[in-house]
Amino acid sequence: MSASTTGGRVATPLTWRVARLAERRIETPTAQTLVLDVPGWPGHLPGQHVDVRLTAADGYQAARSYSLAAPAEDDRIALTVQRVPDGEVSPYLTEVYARGDPVEVRGPVGGWFVWRTDETTPVLLVAGGSGVVPLMAMVRARRAAGSRAPFRLIYSVRGPADVFYADELRRRARDDPGLDVAYLYTRQAPEGWPGEPHRIGPADVTAHGWPPDQEPLCYVCGPTGFVETVADLLVGLGHPTGRVKTERFGPTG
Amino acid sequence: MPEGEGRPVGGWYDRRVGIVSPGFQGRPRSAEPALPPGQYLVEDWPVLSAGPTPKVPLDTWEFVLTTETGAEYRWSWDELMGLPQETPTVDIHCVTRWSKLGTSWQGVSLDTLLDGVDTTARYALAHSYGGYTTNLPLSDLRGGRAWVAHTYDGGPLPAEHGGPARLLVPHLYFWKSAKWVRGVRLLVDDQPGFWETAGYHDYGDPWREQRYQGD
Repeated sequence: MSASTTGGRVATPLTWRVARLAERRIETPTAQTLVLDVPGWPGHLPGQHVDVRLTAADGYQAARSYSLAAPAEDDRIALTVQRVPDGEVSPYLTEVYARGDPVEVRGPVGGWFVWRTDETTPVLLVAGGSGVVPLMAMVRARRAAGSRAPFRLIYSVRGPADVFYADELRRRARDDPGLDVAYLYTRQAPEGWPGEPHRIGPADVTAHGWPPDQEPLCYVCGPTGFVETVADLLVGLGHPTGRVKTERFGPTG
Repeated sequence: MPEGEGRPVGGWYDRRVGIVSPGFQGRPRSAEPALPPGQYLVEDWPVLSAGPTPKVPLDTWEFVLTTETGAEYRWSWDELMGLPQETPTVDIHCVTRWSKLGTSWQGVSLDTLLDGVDTTARYALAHSYGGYTTNLPLSDLRGGRAWVAHTYDGGPLPAEHGGPARLLVPHLYFWKSAKWVRGVRLLVDDQPGFWETAGYHDYGDPWREQRYQGD
């Protein structure tokens, strides 16, 4: 990790680095994971994000923030980009950007919405839609570090086709000891799903989360309404506000 | 605090850079408003905060100015409402890269609140219900550039946007405009706040693009 994100007061400037597309994975019809080679990448904590900057031939630039989806593997980082139909950056990244092409990245950024692999307390992750990205980085970092911190992920999606990392999550729920994954469907539930599609409520958080006396760390990421609802639910159930970390994850053009 | 949302309509130019992403064209260059570097325009108002939204009842709400000697100046909600009110219309710029232009507020100028406060402090640390803090030079709270704002667009400021009252310091990145503000401590020595401790810039001038430490 870089000096500027340790919580220390080291004023190391974050520099723009050239990143080239190494691999593209299709997550859903509208979301892709981009694996980038970034020579000199300083490493990062799960939950952190990165600024991506595009420059056109005439010097025009546009930049957006994206959450890092996985721990770095040497100089290789992964972002998951949801295509915003009217966007400026995400359509380029998902439709035009080709293997070997450069963009610039700057980071890692954000020292609050992070999980540290030496934490042993139970963790509740609550994801709404594409808000799963930084939470998946935590799930993957836990696996990579061999952590036994008990993890529970509640993942709310519109329907089964909207699940990011579907195969890997199925595998990890099966193979990673101490990781539980629960899905909630807001519009269309899969065949054989018990119950009707619904928005997340207190019963879901009670059934799939941790009781407050376990003193879990709670991470909530998703659209604003989702985050407001879940954070209020958790506080209402007795979780201290300081144990509930939130990140709003709206569409980023 | 990443991921703004909304409809970007502008970018910016930097002809010093040579890394071109092949095939990237960006938005049409015509209708670009004057935005700080690296910002894009939104019409809606994204919500960004690090934890649950505090719910602060007005009958126990207070705003406290604490000087470097420990002297305290307190205002209840009714007392704040009894002070001279101002109605700034300002542009706001979030470090997550969205900007919103021409926002309309009502509130009490920090000049009014600091009037008669005996201090030689050079720094201020705003603190909020919920525990949030942010630091800025005291001089940036003076000169008609900072308010305790309680009304947005003619209505009470919604809780998710910092109501009942937030600091409004629009010439700095918007994380300096502490939501759910409870008071300001005046300090002889600068003391970093919540995001400043997590890698964000101490001052945060959007026109100099001071996003992160070292910028």
